[in-house]
Amino acid sequence: MPTRRQLITTALLAGGLAGLPGAGRSTPAMRDAAVDRLTGGAPVRDGRVVLSVPGVAENGLSVFTTVAVDSPMTAEDHVRAIHILSEQNPIAHLLTFHIGPRAGAARVSTNIRLAASQEVTALAEMSDGTFWRDRRLVVVTIAACIDGG
Amino acid sequence: MTLVAARVSLPSEARRGEVVEIKALIRHPMETGYRVDARGQRIPRHIIRRFEVAYDGEPVFAMDLTQGVAANPFVAFTTVATASGELVFTWEDDRGEVVTVTKTLTVTG
Amino acid sequence: MIAGRIAAVALMIAGAAAGATAAEPLPSGTSYLSEGLRTQQLDEAANPGMLWVGEGARLWELPQGPAGRSCTSCHGAAADAMRGVATRYPAVDAPSGDLLNLEGRINRCRTRHQEAEAFAYESDELLGLTAFVARQSLGMPVRVETGGAAAPHYDAGRAFFHRRQGQLNLSCAHCHVDNAGRPLRGDTISHGLANGYPAYRLEWQALGSLHRRLRSCSFGVRAVQHGYGSPQYLALELYLAARAEGVPVETPAIRR
Repeated sequence: MPTRRQLITTALLAGGLAGLPGAGRSTPAMRDAAVDRLTGGAPVRDGRVVLSVPGVAENGLSVFTTVAVDSPMTAEDHVRAIHILSEQNPIAHLLTFHIGPRAGAARVSTNIRLAASQEVTALAEMSDGTFWRDRRLVVVTIAACIDGG
Repeated sequence: MTLVAARVSLPSEARRGEVVEIKALIRHPMETGYRVDARGQRIPRHIIRRFEVAYDGEPVFAMDLTQGVAANPFVAFTTVATASGELVFTWEDDRGEVVTVTKTLTVTG
Repeated sequence: MIAGRIAAVALMIAGAAAGATAAEPLPSGTSYLSEGLRTQQLDEAANPGMLWVGEGARLWELPQGPAGRSCTSCHGAAADAMRGVATRYPAVDAPSGDLLNLEGRINRCRTRHQEAEAFAYESDELLGLTAFVARQSLGMPVRVETGGAAAPHYDAGRAFFHRRQGQLNLSCAHCHVDNAGRPLRGDTISHGLANGYPAYRLEWQALGSLHRRLRSCSFGVRAVQHGYGSPQYLALELYLAARAEGVPVETPAIRR
């Protein structure tokens, strides 16, 4: 059961993700299910992936996110895809980068939205079919003055 | 708001084999579909679904997006400078609007 | 002994004089951003506000009105013609005696010289052109005229800034002078400077004008929200610019 404060906080974040009744939130279990869909049930190992996110995000509407994967990025041995997953947003699978040997390096950045403080997961899919991940906790704060637009 | 402005930054020149960093920004609301307007009407979802980059016709990078990506999407990635040629950047949103930006990379050495 | 005392007094006088003429500029709101957002602001390839600046650059060249005159037709290249201009605004327009901010000046140019219609306040066009013009003063210190014809506007702006208002009965100064630099919820209260506007505010997920921000402030203290381009906000904008003396222009800044 969310507390009243959580509900109000959610409503205040309406500029971004939550707010509409029924938009819902994903849960760690839904995140895990999304990971399973991406891996086809293959094991996921910690390591080789470095997810860089701010420990404290000033606004959940735009959180600068970088993922780097330790890979030679050759035709034989490279990263195929990098996925970013959430355990608290309305949807768990936020985005996928498709890369390959022509990238020369496995390093990508973007800005993601986070509906609440949560653990963010970066999942890398290698050319040999293995999966690696990194997970980071992001505390999402709310600006002092919100005008609703 | 329609897709009006995109901005792609990359070096105009690179050595063969050099890994160049590319940064792309595009104007788009990335409307989540969860918000309501002042009259309580649901604001329909409006997001970019796909971003693709082709280097001399060969796909070198792509991104699948959802409403979990911030408005005015930014992406930074890398590519190996192989030969002088054109890089074509294409964004497509869920209303079928397509924006294309073309950049030329001159490769030396 | 006496010589030493005279030297000490001389130093004190010199110190006081220096304090009066060259006060340290107030810290920009940028200093309260995280390192990540500061980096994003400084990187033209990553700062989303640059999308609007790009639109402004396009409009600068675009012929308008019956004579088909563009900004370039009169001013030439913006990099030369608009360099430093934003540091001097708001300023009084001599022919009319009106206090104009950059938005007002651009629209005055449109109606007076291009015989085109004024852009709507907060339209992408006006935001883009304003940000593009301000961008030509990037890094240059703000220095507005507060005397002469500007004096009554400056006085009105200063009075507005220090007057209690709204249901919360707060003046601008209660937050942005008395408590500037201190935390408020997850934020840090700024000195209320406008050197980064039009700014890309994360809450808006878009570029917005200073007057949009001021309307948010008025809303925040449950006070009357004045109109875009209203005399109240124009006067306040002048006072804020005077407070920002010596602070570099950072348009388009990123704000929370």
